[in-house]
Amino acid sequence: MTDRAFGQGSSIVAPAARPGKRPGMNQGWQRRLFLLPAVILTLAFVIFPTLFGLYVSFTDWQLNDPAGRVFNGLDNFRGIAGDGRFWNALRNNFVFVGIGIPLQYVVALGLALLLNQEIRGRKFFRVVFLLPFMMSPVAAGWMIGRSLMDAQRGPLPELLRWLGFENVSFFETGARAVASLLLIDSWYSIPFLLVMLLAGLQALPPEVMEAARIDGATGWQMFRDMTFPLLLPISLTAVVLRAVFEFKLIDIILVVTGGGPGNATETLTTYIYRRGVQNVDVGYATAMSQVFLLVVIATITLILATVGRRVREVM
Amino acid sequence: MTVGTASLPGVGDHSPSGVLGRRLRHAVGRTFTYAVLLAWAFVCLFPIYWTFTTSLKDQAGVLQGSTYVPGVDFSPSRIGWDSILGSEDQRATLIRNTRNSLLIAIASASVAVVLGAMAGYGLARFPYRFGPWRNRDISFWFLSQLILPPAAVVMPILILYGWLDLLDTQVGLIILYTVVSLPIVIWIMRDQFNSIPVELEQAALVDGATLFGAFVRIVIPIAAPGLVAAFILSVIFSWNEYFFAAVLSATRAVTLPLLVATQVSSQGIRWWAMAAVASASILPLTIVGILLERYIVKGLTAGAVK
Repeated sequence: MTDRAFGQGSSIVAPAARPGKRPGMNQGWQRRLFLLPAVILTLAFVIFPTLFGLYVSFTDWQLNDPAGRVFNGLDNFRGIAGDGRFWNALRNNFVFVGIGIPLQYVVALGLALLLNQEIRGRKFFRVVFLLPFMMSPVAAGWMIGRSLMDAQRGPLPELLRWLGFENVSFFETGARAVASLLLIDSWYSIPFLLVMLLAGLQALPPEVMEAARIDGATGWQMFRDMTFPLLLPISLTAVVLRAVFEFKLIDIILVVTGGGPGNATETLTTYIYRRGVQNVDVGYATAMSQVFLLVVIATITLILATVGRRVREVM
Repeated sequence: MTVGTASLPGVGDHSPSGVLGRRLRHAVGRTFTYAVLLAWAFVCLFPIYWTFTTSLKDQAGVLQGSTYVPGVDFSPSRIGWDSILGSEDQRATLIRNTRNSLLIAIASASVAVVLGAMAGYGLARFPYRFGPWRNRDISFWFLSQLILPPAAVVMPILILYGWLDLLDTQVGLIILYTVVSLPIVIWIMRDQFNSIPVELEQAALVDGATLFGAFVRIVIPIAAPGLVAAFILSVIFSWNEYFFAAVLSATRAVTLPLLVATQVSSQGIRWWAMAAVASASILPLTIVGILLERYIVKGLTAGAVK
């Protein structure tokens, strides 16, 4: 995501070899052919649906309504403005992103620092720490949320009871259900951040770190003044990518709480799914997804503009 | 590196007590490191272990509450695996979903890697210009598709697939997963090609090879690690994807995550059956993860570290 990652690369064809200018070689077309299939597929199955969705969001389309779709102007968007369930779901999205990602980042950074030492069994730890990433969120949702956290028969509530807690339900109140989902999501998501941060640590210039150590910097000073600032660019990349994926969170929620209790754990993806696929209220659901897309783009842009700028200043 | 090496006041103090103190600090730091790493390894492994052992429990074993070692604190039973493999019907369901998952994951990853490698190569080597857009903008355009939440496009795709007669088909999911994997594959491959020196291809071009010929015969073999990484990441995504499959499939193109999700609601407390389904669905990628960790890490960190 950093600027330097978008470098031009090196051209194998010197500027003199302009497309079609060289006799006997139609390289211009050949070169475009490399890019064309990917572009066409993306246009057909991403860009076209997005634009078509933009049109649908201004209609009252219900799939089961024989009248078909009728243009209804801004009705859907007025409806959204007054739809408490929409705002609740959007708020939940930000709870998951705002609490989940900092939490996951801190744990992943700590583990990466520990793992980046001369230790035995490093390969074992690296493989094991990556395993949760291989699980499908649906399976992880059942394994942890429905089974390990089950109030009657699950080991986690039993452990808490043994520690002396009385009310050990993980999903009774809205806040608890959100916290439990965050735990499951963190289990699944920390490996990604860990892999990224570990790669960042291993890319640190060893001679600089060694020089700082010889100068007598303590562990904490090294971390605060050297390691952490040097890790900022890759941290930003990793956190932005995590945020992008966290906004899409749905499978774990559907499997574990179904959005409940009440609508306490419903995110926008869940709500759009309910409204559009289950209630076939296509016009309204599509309008919500347009608003959602704008919110996600705005948030990511904001992160890149504020945190990203500071990262570049530090560097 | 930075933890556990904290030194006492007066580094380079070689008096006996200083050395001893430093050794002690070092030993404490080591112990702390291993304790935390082992604890986290336990956190990662326990849910997987729990799921496999739960698939060996029967009703009594599940109702008993927390038991952990088959043969020691509960007697292993076959009813979990019988419930997904026992009858002809159940076997057929599991085989159908597994076959769909395999076919869709491998086909979509293959197409994504072929198209993504071509696009990544183009972006790494040729200066493109579409109106005001240069390579940088095109790369970012591809990558920005990642931002799109599935919920934002799923309704239009549902309608589009209805027109194209792609609903509940394997081809429909293959196309969709290809498109979703493409940005990350292009990203990985572009990074891989950027790391390969251009002289080899230039030599081939001088010898009269076409661009495509040089790409296939000279560049692709060198780029194999990137291809493997991109392929595995695409397979992981497609194998585990639930949302699109749930919306676009009904009875024919059903994949393993759909089977797991429907069982969650229908099985209730029949954990043995649920655990067996979950185990079956996570087993292949667990093995892939253990064997090919290096490539997965390479794919995930492509372009992030220079």
